[in-house]
Amino acid sequence: MSEVDFDVLERNVQRNKISEEEIAMQVRDFRLFYGEKEALKGINLDIPKNKVTAFIGPSGCGKSTLLRCFNRMNDLVDSVSIKGEMTLYGEDIYRKGLDVVDLRRRVGMVFQKPNPFPKSIYENVAYGLRIQGMNNRRKLDEIVERSLKRAALWDEVKDRLDDNAFGLSGGQQQRLVIARAVAVEPEVLLLDEPCSALDPISTLKIEELIHELREDFTIVIVTHNMQQAARVSDYTAFMYLGDLIEFDDTDTLFTKPSNKQTEDYITGRFG
Amino acid sequence: MSQKPSVKTWFESGSPWVWLNAGGVAISVVLVVGLIGLIAARGLGHFWPAPVFEASFVNQQGQQETLIGEIRGSEEIKAQRLREAGFNLPADGPETYTRHQVKTGNRDLVGLDFRFALEKEIAGRYYPEDIVVLERTEWGSFYGYLVEVRENGTVVAGADDPNRFQVMQERLERVLELREQSKHIEKVDIGAVNHGLERIRLKTRGLELDGKTPENAPQAFARLAEQRAELDADYKVLEEELVKLYHQLNRDSVLMRAMDGREVEIELSKAVFAFQPNAYSLLGKIGHYFEKMWEFVADEPREANTEGGIFPAIFGTIMMVLVMTVLVTPFGVVAALYLREYASQGTITRLIRVAVNNLAGVPSIVYGVFGLGFFVYFLGGSIDALFYPEAAPSPVFGTPGLMWASLTLALLTLPVVIVSTEEGLARIPSAVREGSLALGATRIETLMRVVIPMASPGIMTGLILAVARAAGEVAPLMLVGVVKLAPSLPLDGNFPFLHLDRKFMHLGFHIYDVGFQSPNVEAARPLVYATAFLLVLLIIGLNLAAVSIRNRLREKYRAMEN
Repeated sequence: MSEVDFDVLERNVQRNKISEEEIAMQVRDFRLFYGEKEALKGINLDIPKNKVTAFIGPSGCGKSTLLRCFNRMNDLVDSVSIKGEMTLYGEDIYRKGLDVVDLRRRVGMVFQKPNPFPKSIYENVAYGLRIQGMNNRRKLDEIVERSLKRAALWDEVKDRLDDNAFGLSGGQQQRLVIARAVAVEPEVLLLDEPCSALDPISTLKIEELIHELREDFTIVIVTHNMQQAARVSDYTAFMYLGDLIEFDDTDTLFTKPSNKQTEDYITGRFG
Repeated sequence: MSQKPSVKTWFESGSPWVWLNAGGVAISVVLVVGLIGLIAARGLGHFWPAPVFEASFVNQQGQQETLIGEIRGSEEIKAQRLREAGFNLPADGPETYTRHQVKTGNRDLVGLDFRFALEKEIAGRYYPEDIVVLERTEWGSFYGYLVEVRENGTVVAGADDPNRFQVMQERLERVLELREQSKHIEKVDIGAVNHGLERIRLKTRGLELDGKTPENAPQAFARLAEQRAELDADYKVLEEELVKLYHQLNRDSVLMRAMDGREVEIELSKAVFAFQPNAYSLLGKIGHYFEKMWEFVADEPREANTEGGIFPAIFGTIMMVLVMTVLVTPFGVVAALYLREYASQGTITRLIRVAVNNLAGVPSIVYGVFGLGFFVYFLGGSIDALFYPEAAPSPVFGTPGLMWASLTLALLTLPVVIVSTEEGLARIPSAVREGSLALGATRIETLMRVVIPMASPGIMTGLILAVARAAGEVAPLMLVGVVKLAPSLPLDGNFPFLHLDRKFMHLGFHIYDVGFQSPNVEAARPLVYATAFLLVLLIIGLNLAAVSIRNRLREKYRAMEN
C-alpha cells in the first residue's frame, strides 16, 4: 500500500493547475430540487479532460446527486426539477430535444453496488454494443476482449466468458461492470462510490484500474473515503449540504485547504 | 437449584405459541396426506382383481338359489330393519347381521349389477377356479362359466375341452385386433373423408351465398363435384373394407352359463376382456392390475362413462390448460408491465390494482355466465356471422367449445398472473435498470433485454397458480364447452389439426358426471375416486413441471437479491 501512496504523491507533485487544463464538462449555477427541497444550491465546476476528479463530502451533501446529473439519471425520478446549465464540450446537455440515450452513451456510469445483468460475462460486456445494433461476432469478440483487458479482468475470465456473470466475486463483478461501461467508448466515465461494497484487495485493484483508465477517459468519482480520493484523483471537490465548498487540485486541497470547513472535514473533525 | 414449574413461566417461555404453530402445521399435513391417501386407496384398489365366489342357499321365497359375484362392500345392519324388509329371522337371533354388497354383473339377465346378500346366506361360499369374468362393450361384465367356444355356429372347443378358456382368449385377441382396425378406419379414415365432404359442402354453400350458380361459375362447381366424387369413391372403398372386417369380427362366439343356470351365447365381437380371477397367481394379479390401470388411463370410456378409460378427459384437460396458458400469459404480463413500469403510481393505478385483485374473488360460475353470454353468444355469434355464413344455421364458434372455455379460464386466472408478475417486477433492483439505461439503452430495450427475463420467475409463479386453479375448475366449464362425451378429440390429423371450436371432456366434469349423473352409480363410485386421484396427479404434475422451470429461471437470474 505504501508503495502506491508514494507513487501517487510523486505524481501529484507534477500536477498542473486547473486553469491550464482542457475542460470536458462545465457546470454553471446548477440547482436541483426534489419537489420543494433544494438539493444542489448553485454549483459551479469544471471537469478537466483525461483527469480524475473526485467528489468528497459527508452523506447527504449532494455529491451523488450531482454525479447523476452528468448523464441525466435524475430524469428517472419524477419529482426532480433543475435550473442552471451543464455542458459537455460546450453542448448544453439539458437543452430541449437532446437525445438522452446518446448522452448516456457518451457519459458512462458505474454504480455503488455491482449490477451485472443476468447474462453471460460476454453478453454483459457486449450489451451496450448490441443495443447500438452491432451484431458482427468478430468485431464484438475483439471489443469484449479489449474491454475486459482494460478492466484488468481478462486473465481471470477468458476461459469462462459464457458463464453467468453472477458467478463472479463482488470485485470481479465491479470490474466487469467497468468493462461494460468502457466497451461503448464513452467520453466521460462516472463512478458512484465504486468501491464501497468491496473488500480492500478488490478496492486496490479498482483504484489501480482508475489510474490506467485516466489515459483514455475523463473520470468523475464519488467517494466516501478521503484516502481513496487522495490516492486516485487529480482534482477534488468538497461538497457540504448541497454547496460546493472548495474545488482544487487534490494535493492542494488535502495539504493546504483554503476553507475552514474543508480543513475540519479532511482532518476528521466532523463528517 | 430446583425451579417450580408454573403455568405462568410456561406461558412466558413462549412454548404454547410454538405448540400452537406446530399443531397448525401438523393438522395441515394430516389433512393433505389423508385426502390423497383416501382417494388413492379407494381409486387404485378398484383395479385389483377381486376373487369371485359362488354360493348356494335357500332364499326368502324358499327356493334354492345360486349366487356368483364379488363382494364390493360389507356393513352391519339391525335385525329389526331386515325384518321390516321381509326377512324371516329367528326372534332369538343376533341383534345385527352382516350384509354384503355383491357385484353379480349380468345386467342383461337380472337387470342390476349389484344386489345384497346376508353373510349367513353366503357363508358357504367357495371360489371355483374356472369362473370367468367377461367384460363386454354393453350390459356390463358377465360372471359365469364358459361352456363352449363356437366358430360360425360350430363348436370348436366343447365343455369337455379343458383348454377352452385358452381357445377363447386366443380368439378374443384376434377380435380385439380386428376391432382396433375397424375403429381406426371408422375414426381416422372415414373421419377424414367426412371432414373433407363437410368442407366441400361448406364451400358449395359459400359459392351459393356469393350468388354463384352452376350456370355462371361452372368451373368452381365442377371442381367441387369432382372432389366430392373422389371422396365418395374413397368412402366406398373404406366401407367395403369395413363390412369385410365386421364379417370377420362376427365369426366367433362363446356359450356362457350364468349363476341361475341359463346359458347365453355371447358374440366375441362384443367382448373386451376375459379373465379367471380365482385362477390368478399373485404375478397374474399384478399383471391384471397394471393392465387395467393402463386401460383406465389410455382408453376411451364405455357404457355412459362407467366402464373403460378416461383418456379423452385427460387429453381435454391438458389441452384446455395449455390453450389457456398461451392466452393468459402474454395478456397478463403486458398488463402487469403497464401497471408497474409505465403507469404513474397514483390513485387511479391503485384503484385498478384493487379491482384486478378483487377479480380473483369473483365466483367462478359468474365467469362461466359471462363466458357464455359474451364469448359464446356475442363473440362467437359475430365470428360465425362474419366468417362462417355458409355453415348457418349450425354454429361453428357460436357454441360452447375449447376456445371459449380456455378464454373464460384465462380471464378467471388473469388476476393471479398480473399480481405475480407485478411482484416479480417489483423485486428487480433499480440498480439493474439504471445500469442498462446508463449504457444508452432505451426503456423498451431495458424491459425486453433485462427486466422481463429477470421477472420470468415471478411470471412462472403466476402461471403455476393459474394452472392449478384452471385445471381444477368445473363450474364455468359446464357453461362454455365441456361435455359428458365428446365424439372426437380437439386435436387430430385433419386440417387445421387443433379444433378450437370442438367441445371436449374434462376430468373435473367427468368426476361430477360419473359420480352423480351416471345410470349406475354403484358401479362407478370407485371410478370417481380413481378419476379424482388422476386429476390431483395431473395438477401436481403440471405444477412440478412449472416449478422446476421456475427454479431453473430463479437460479439463472438470482440477481443481487441479498
